[in-house]
Amino acid sequence: MNIPAMVVCVKQKRIAELISHGKRLDERGLNEYRNIQLEVGVIERAEGSARIRLGKTEVMVGIKIETGEPFPDVPNEGVLTVSAELVPLASPTFEAGPPDENSIELARIVDRGIRESKTIATEKLCITPNKKVFVVFVDIYVLNHDGNLIDASAMAALAALLNTKMFNYEVKNDEIQVKPGYTQLPIVNYPIAVTFAKINDKIVVDPWLEEEQVMDARITITMDKDGKVCAVQKGGYGYFSKERILEAAKIAKEKSQELRKILVKS
Amino acid sequence: MAKKSSEKLINKNDVRVDGRKLNELRPIKLEVGILANADGSAYIEQGKNKILAAVYGPKELHPKHLALPDRALLHCRYHMAPFSVQERKSPAPSRREIELSKVIRESLEPSIFVEYYPRTSIDLFIEVLQADGGTRCAGITVASLALADAGIPMRDLISACAAGKVEGHLVLDLTDTEDKAGEADLPLAFMPNFNAITLLQMDGKLASDEFEQAVNMAVEGCKQIYALQKEALKAKYVVKEAVEE
Amino acid sequence: MINLSIFYEKRQLALPGDLLAEGDYIAGNNTYKEGDKIYATRIGLVDYENRKVYVVALKSFYIPSVGDTVIGKVIEVGLSSWTVDINAPYLATLRASDVLDRSFKPRKDELPSIFDVSDLIIAKVVSYDRTCDPLLTVREPGLGKISRGQVIEITPTKIPRVIGKKGSMVNMIKDETGCQISIGQNGLILINGKTPEDERIAIMAIRKIEQEAHTSGLTNRITEMIRRKKEE
Repeated sequence: MNIPAMVVCVKQKRIAELISHGKRLDERGLNEYRNIQLEVGVIERAEGSARIRLGKTEVMVGIKIETGEPFPDVPNEGVLTVSAELVPLASPTFEAGPPDENSIELARIVDRGIRESKTIATEKLCITPNKKVFVVFVDIYVLNHDGNLIDASAMAALAALLNTKMFNYEVKNDEIQVKPGYTQLPIVNYPIAVTFAKINDKIVVDPWLEEEQVMDARITITMDKDGKVCAVQKGGYGYFSKERILEAAKIAKEKSQELRKILVKS
Repeated sequence: MAKKSSEKLINKNDVRVDGRKLNELRPIKLEVGILANADGSAYIEQGKNKILAAVYGPKELHPKHLALPDRALLHCRYHMAPFSVQERKSPAPSRREIELSKVIRESLEPSIFVEYYPRTSIDLFIEVLQADGGTRCAGITVASLALADAGIPMRDLISACAAGKVEGHLVLDLTDTEDKAGEADLPLAFMPNFNAITLLQMDGKLASDEFEQAVNMAVEGCKQIYALQKEALKAKYVVKEAVEE
Repeated sequence: MINLSIFYEKRQLALPGDLLAEGDYIAGNNTYKEGDKIYATRIGLVDYENRKVYVVALKSFYIPSVGDTVIGKVIEVGLSSWTVDINAPYLATLRASDVLDRSFKPRKDELPSIFDVSDLIIAKVVSYDRTCDPLLTVREPGLGKISRGQVIEITPTKIPRVIGKKGSMVNMIKDETGCQISIGQNGLILINGKTPEDERIAIMAIRKIEQEAHTSGLTNRITEMIRRKKEE
């Protein structure tokens, strides 16, 4: 059970009032993201990695590549698995222990964005058909929670994947032999998640922690490089009208193009 | 069971494998008040889906420090029976079940007057006995009836339905085969009195205009299901006139 | 011109979310108002009085009210109080100081000899609000441990019908069956008859009232039913 950190009631009211007038407490526009700093290749032991700072939210993603068995219904394709850890040092509200519903939801939203947009060319990850394929482990590690873990994690995950190198190999007598050199992980799409919070019937992009504590609902829209919607997730105990959702989809298209430029250049 | 790649799911007359039109719901059967111990209960069959929902509460929440001082807590457990799917599923809660329990809870909460019962919990159990696609939507539909049957005050019933894209067509209420083979799946829950969408998820690929059309289609499906929910409640609670002995 | 309309007739079945009325009305029990529309929150029968629209719920649970008589079961014996299950979302407390007149020295083995776990008691609610659990008293005559008779449970919303206008229904059953009947607002009813047969007839009558609470001419029909059963 997630017990939200206490935000002083008076400040909550202030945040909500300002938003009704189209302003935010940190002086951002309703459609403005916080400052983004992105570093890649920060963990040499991982095949790929990235660290993002979205305002004060900090997330690290590490990619490990191993070999394993393919799924029976797609015997010639590599496997993608995404998991997330909300480690206790990231927030007074995170407790040690097995993944709770929040970390599971976070991992699955990021997973859907990557999987449904077919970001990784998994057919290129087949070693021996029906027997051996590459398994791509995407591990999201939240280091500081100051709101919008979804967008930060999704961006860091994509940056880490773009940074990922696999060792070269050849198959001899059913065994993998490592050859010199590396190949980039085959990436063919660039999904970007855009999350909105609904406060007093207005929607704001990239909610920071205190806005998340005031919001009654959130919606995440993930779009691929062609402007197609590949994942959507509504969260929170409130609701959206159809008009707000379509408004969010429109803004998401614009914002995802902006954010994609930051990633693809790094 | 993968479909043979030569078989199409939708024929050239826009008729689906089970004979349905593109925007047609599967046959739905709803029954209210079928479990004796639960405070409220209901059962749904939608196509091959068979799902049971039960509600206990509101009751005092223990341990007390987990209770909220000004409202009830809604707990939701969405669970699939091991025999509900083609390949036996382990009884331990999977990551998918944990995520669905969360989104289902969040889809029903807007309808409940939780502020009437501080420091209590309302426990909702959704058991999928047989699954064939769209179980989270059918689960929400039947859970809403169980909550009404338990006498929990609500703003409105919530109904849920999925739309999606299969072989280039937008369709309503996908079966498991259609979902696996299709291009997109969009589950949605709706609360008509407030024109409110309380659950919205999507995976797949849809252009912006297809996304809008799919949302519209799902909302229309929900409205049809809402009417069936009301009929089911009436059938259970119809008040008979006095019987002379 | 103000648009006043009620869309349901008296005693018509309403479901949660049904639009009952629109206009300058007051939202009564089991309804809520949004803008100028009044909706039902529970399954029940619609009724209205002057400008108040309300629903008599067919299915609901008991919420304590100060002054209510309730029948409950002791589920825990503490150091200076008992915890009582009164069939409500909240557990009730009965303090030792309520039962013992003299100044009370807590000794764990004293309380169970007065009321022990599983005992049924009949009590009154002395206080209850949103921030704390209901508090009970057994200080009035007729309250205390239930030592004989049968206790049955009906839906709390039907209790007023079992009582009748100014007690007309329950008094009739008492007269006709010779039973003592104590009614808990929380849906539990204690019946004490001279013979088990008398108790059985009284219970049948109460169950029939529960089934047909919404109908008219009920008092007469129940009276006739009891008389017929007595002759059998």
